[in-house]
Amino acid sequence: MSTESFPAIGPSIGGPSVLRLVWIYPDLLSTYGDRGNLLILARRAQQRGIPVELTEIRSDQPVPQSADIYLIGGGEDGPQALAAQRLRADTGLHRAVDQGSVIFAVCAGYQLLGTSFFAKGTQCTGLELLDLYSDRGPSRAVGELAGDIDPRLGVPPLSGFENHGGRTHLGNGVSPLARVTAGVGNDGASEGAWRGNILGTYAHGPALARNPALADLLLRWAIGAASLPPLNDLWADRLRAERMAAIRT
Amino acid sequence: MPLRAKVASSVSRTAAALSRAAGRGDGSVIGGWIGLKIDPELLAHLAAGRAVALVSGTNGKTTTTRLAAAAVGVLGRVATNSYGANMPTGHTSALAKAGTTPYAVLEVDEHYLAQVLEATSPRVVALLNLSRDQLDRAKEVAMMAQLWQVALAEHPEVKVVANADDPMVVWAAATAGAVSWFSAGQRWHDDSWVCPECGSAIERSDDQWWCAGCPLRRPEPEWVVDEDGVIDPTGAWHKVTLQLPGQVNIGNAATALAVAAEFGVRPVDAVSRLAVVTSVAGRYAQVVRNGRTIRLLLAKNPASWLEAFDMAEQAPTLLSINARDPDGLDTSWLFDVDFSPLRGRQVLITGDRAFDLAVRLEVNDVPFLHVPSLNAAISSVPPGRLEVIANYTAFQDIRAELDRVN
Repeated sequence: MSTESFPAIGPSIGGPSVLRLVWIYPDLLSTYGDRGNLLILARRAQQRGIPVELTEIRSDQPVPQSADIYLIGGGEDGPQALAAQRLRADTGLHRAVDQGSVIFAVCAGYQLLGTSFFAKGTQCTGLELLDLYSDRGPSRAVGELAGDIDPRLGVPPLSGFENHGGRTHLGNGVSPLARVTAGVGNDGASEGAWRGNILGTYAHGPALARNPALADLLLRWAIGAASLPPLNDLWADRLRAERMAAIRT
Repeated sequence: MPLRAKVASSVSRTAAALSRAAGRGDGSVIGGWIGLKIDPELLAHLAAGRAVALVSGTNGKTTTTRLAAAAVGVLGRVATNSYGANMPTGHTSALAKAGTTPYAVLEVDEHYLAQVLEATSPRVVALLNLSRDQLDRAKEVAMMAQLWQVALAEHPEVKVVANADDPMVVWAAATAGAVSWFSAGQRWHDDSWVCPECGSAIERSDDQWWCAGCPLRRPEPEWVVDEDGVIDPTGAWHKVTLQLPGQVNIGNAATALAVAAEFGVRPVDAVSRLAVVTSVAGRYAQVVRNGRTIRLLLAKNPASWLEAFDMAEQAPTLLSINARDPDGLDTSWLFDVDFSPLRGRQVLITGDRAFDLAVRLEVNDVPFLHVPSLNAAISSVPPGRLEVIANYTAFQDIRAELDRVN
């Protein structure tokens, strides 16, 4: 894959101008509308005049190491374990992280980033990209998930939907993404995790649909911009307000 | 029938009638619920002595059940749960209400297939398809296929009629005693990229599919949809004329003919009876209001939305989305549906979760107008056709606004 960049169309933001988005293993990890995150990032970049290149990497293909943002979705136990094996063997993702690429992972994909997780009753080795591990919780966490995001990230509260049986325990090498205000997240208190340009959450599926500011954070990380021109987020704002109100009732 | 079952059956009929009279529903669930409280074996007693066919799968089961009941009707009276009440309570109500019939064709919620197989000792089970549906509460697709496998392994005497085009169904039917395969095409592939048997990739080419790592592959179908007709196992082609729209319903008709054939009904005798099925519990119903011909299409999950876009005409289209308990509380699936076929049509949106849909359509470059109700939609479109595509409770809400059309 070419690493060449092209001049940006529209507002000049600087940095590499073609934003390369890679969706890892949609054949294994795509259970709950995960494609949404890819589409939302692409759209929000294009609306700022940043050309994007979208690539879907199937589990029998090598992971390119030169993309800007990597997305990992949710999935069932079997595919999750298989994805971990193949990504460990491939090493493309690890090399991308070494180069500062951005990773956004949800649900099973988030668990994968840690040192270990449980699938089909056995402990599986994770990608060891984040200092965390996951085990089985006492019950399945299903429902609305909300939390106040780490103030250092400067984005409004997280709103999402979670559906997972695991619980995730964070080590010292990562920060929680959010403090839970509704739902379970990692353990009922903290939700998700981030370190450097890697961010994971239990808000599953098209998590960025309800969290456009989080999408923009990933874009800013990828292009090295302190800010981006604002967009009209009327419908996302209405959706967020409605979901936040639904939690309170 | 034992006395307890007789009492239960009679009380069940009365409760259903009361429910209808009170305007509380169509009575298809409440009656069975009360009956099963009195006699948990009631369903087995009611099924005894009937030749039973079960129809299960994620999509198309209500319509296929209607079509199969019409086809089997060539032979005599058929009991069926035609209101889509597809759990044991609904089956109990349907059989109690129908009285003695030689045949029964029952739609079964895919989660209850094992239980209903056990209770009704069917002659035939039709397996239509398996895809993601209400994932926050439903079993995930592979797990559901495995439950079917286990259930069928315990009943080798049951003849299975199954979809050769769906790898998950083919795998689920691997333990069946005997299978008659049908091919009805499959638009939705996103739940079968990975072999449920060995985890290798499923490869596809034209209408064929095979696992790259194990022997699982598409079996040769005996019943095949071909244009607007169905080819039967003898190679004869039968023109299918339906009152129902879409290629998917030709596939459902093929399944119905295959089910009826297991009772000895010749397709040539059954095919004309399929045209008697017009709308199914309001699905496909057409209602005229203020000069607008409104047609109702139910779409509950990504696979069925793709089919609905195919059925809908190039006309103003209202989409309505809820996320109440029967729908599943999670709207993430909206991003599994590509709404781009709606570009160029006037699109209106409504329902409890219209904002989720708004965000989705925006990303999909489909312009839309948000309206508070069906009536507002009707006055926002020119006279002529208005297609309405809605998920489960949204569909029921609109049906209620249109006076419970059937």
